[in-house]
Amino acid sequence: MTNSVSHADPDVLVDVRQLCFRRGERVIFDGVDVQIRRGEVTAIMGPSGTGKTTLLRLIGGQLQPDAGSVHVLGHDVPRLGRDALFRMRRRMGMLFQSGALFTHLSVFENVAFPLREHTDLPEPLIRDLVLLKLEAVGLRGARDMMPSELSGGMARRVALARAIALDPQLMMYDEPFAGQDPISMGVLVSLIRRLNDALGLTSVVVSHDVVETAQIADRIFVISEGRVVESGSPRELADSNSAWVKQFMHALPDGPVPFHYPGPSLEDDLLGRR
Amino acid sequence: MAKQRIIEIWVGIFVAAGFAALFGLAMQVSNIPVFQTTQGYDVHLRFDNVGGLRVRAPVTMAGVRIGRVKSIELDPARYDAVVTITIEERFDRIPEDTSAAIYTSGLLGEQYIALDPGGTDWFLEPGDEIALTQSALVLERLIGRFLTSMGESDD
Amino acid sequence: MLRLFGLLGEKTLNSLGRLGRGTQFLLRALVGVPALVLRPGLVVQQLYAIGVLSLLIIVVSGTFVGMVLALQGYNTLVNFGAEQSLGVLVALSLLRELGPVVTALLFAGRAGSALTAEIGLMKTTEQLSGMEMMAVDPIKRVIAPRLLAGFLSMPLLAAIFSFLGIMGAYVVSAFALGVDEGSFWSQMQAAVDFREDVLNGVIKSLVFGFVASWIAVYEGCDATPTSEGVSRATTRTVVHTSLAVLGLDFVLTAVMFG
Repeated sequence: MTNSVSHADPDVLVDVRQLCFRRGERVIFDGVDVQIRRGEVTAIMGPSGTGKTTLLRLIGGQLQPDAGSVHVLGHDVPRLGRDALFRMRRRMGMLFQSGALFTHLSVFENVAFPLREHTDLPEPLIRDLVLLKLEAVGLRGARDMMPSELSGGMARRVALARAIALDPQLMMYDEPFAGQDPISMGVLVSLIRRLNDALGLTSVVVSHDVVETAQIADRIFVISEGRVVESGSPRELADSNSAWVKQFMHALPDGPVPFHYPGPSLEDDLLGRR
Repeated sequence: MAKQRIIEIWVGIFVAAGFAALFGLAMQVSNIPVFQTTQGYDVHLRFDNVGGLRVRAPVTMAGVRIGRVKSIELDPARYDAVVTITIEERFDRIPEDTSAAIYTSGLLGEQYIALDPGGTDWFLEPGDEIALTQSALVLERLIGRFLTSMGESDD
Repeated sequence: MLRLFGLLGEKTLNSLGRLGRGTQFLLRALVGVPALVLRPGLVVQQLYAIGVLSLLIIVVSGTFVGMVLALQGYNTLVNFGAEQSLGVLVALSLLRELGPVVTALLFAGRAGSALTAEIGLMKTTEQLSGMEMMAVDPIKRVIAPRLLAGFLSMPLLAAIFSFLGIMGAYVVSAFALGVDEGSFWSQMQAAVDFREDVLNGVIKSLVFGFVASWIAVYEGCDATPTSEGVSRATTRTVVHTSLAVLGLDFVLTAVMFG
């Protein structure tokens, strides 16, 4: 196998090689290679339904690949035992698309949750840490609110504070910009970049929002139909010659990616032929 | 934290109520002999046959309950049943020549001991024995006797 | 015809598969139970949600079931002049059957459905998944305390139910029906055996508590993560728990009193 060479490189935090993954009959990934470098913000982009979220779950060890390898922080993720996997996960944070806040806990308790679960810190210290994390996302004043009282953007920021509570090395963002108004989108964009640089994180952003992602990413992987179509810095991708990447990066309605989902022709369907 | 405290108190109430209910079921409803606390004095009675008499069955005089059956044992030497009853403290003027019988309340009800007061001026003391007793009527024996006599008269 | 058999076979395999997954799930959750000694707060929280919040319905139902039993039993017993046995009738029916069974059925409707819906929604909103990514095992953190709390709550609820039922029957007998209260209690005390009746009832409700909480948490975790999936899982919890309780009750009764 070729993958033994790659993770010798200390700069590569996440190394995905020849990854294959199927869900039932559907092939999601068919030989994907992604390298995520330490300290960078890496974006995984592609149209909806290309399995970007699935990739994050494979990195986090929540799903098992059918073939290929996933190395994270030097660990061979699919082969980790349950305990080792959980130890590794303490060093990563993940921001879910829905926020996934615990609805029965207040904002403060949500952020305190990982600290309480994984540390034996005294209560005053936990309080200070939580307030610092909330300060970092600008929501220290909302600590006593319940998740149901928060707007979508605020919920996501609380979730972000919770994800960085244990000072992870790797942060994964699942569609952080989806469904946000322009202001909270701007807030999140700058937060991701600022946190990455200030805390010395390595970030993976999964998104299909081209403009916002391109603003903060150091490197972009574009995935389509189970493969990495193109990768490089935002500038390189913008100048790409590939018709597909052009369509995606410049948001053209039609191109190599057809407007229509594959099916029988309209004529056949209307006439009831099969 | 105040909310947490209320929850804890409620759970405490719940668990206490649950155990109190269990305790109540054990004490009030079922017959754990250890916890019986009828205050009174014990008197022994001998019967040839106690029938379906049970421990804790009532002991009555003139139809009024004055005590309970404490224990029922077999005397291995005389092959009869020794029934110990506890009579409540306040009924301490029961004549010594009182007689006892085992009756059934209603046709299918439980069996109890009825005391019939005698006439002496001497009263029962704790540990005394009532000499005059009448055993329980055993239904099968009665029917058996009835059937045999029927058969004989038919011949 | 062939298709019918095929369908039947598939249904059977599906059910067996569910049972297998459910058992695997249960074993994983049980492994997490001993660790709860270190986190009693989690169990207390669930005792509140499962036990305390079910108290009201148990108190009301228990009292009324006892009162109705007394009324109905009196009408029958009075024909035989055996109304003194009313206490026995009420106590034995409650302790052996109605207490554990009705409590379990009410538990399924009140606490079981709530458990399934809560866990199902936590799954739907990615809270369980999020917990896993925070390196917290949801089976240990979320499932195990609920399982334990359900198991502990059931016998306590059943005891409260039976006790209040007998009290309700006593009030109706003594004050409305004119049954002699002395013989009500003494006959009951003479006929009810602590081990035979009270303890067997407690054992029954421990079994029911275990099964009812298992079904509730499993259905929650197994729910399809959509609002329709959660509602279907909730219904399944109530139906499956009721069937399981009634079936197990038959088996347990046959073993204990047969």
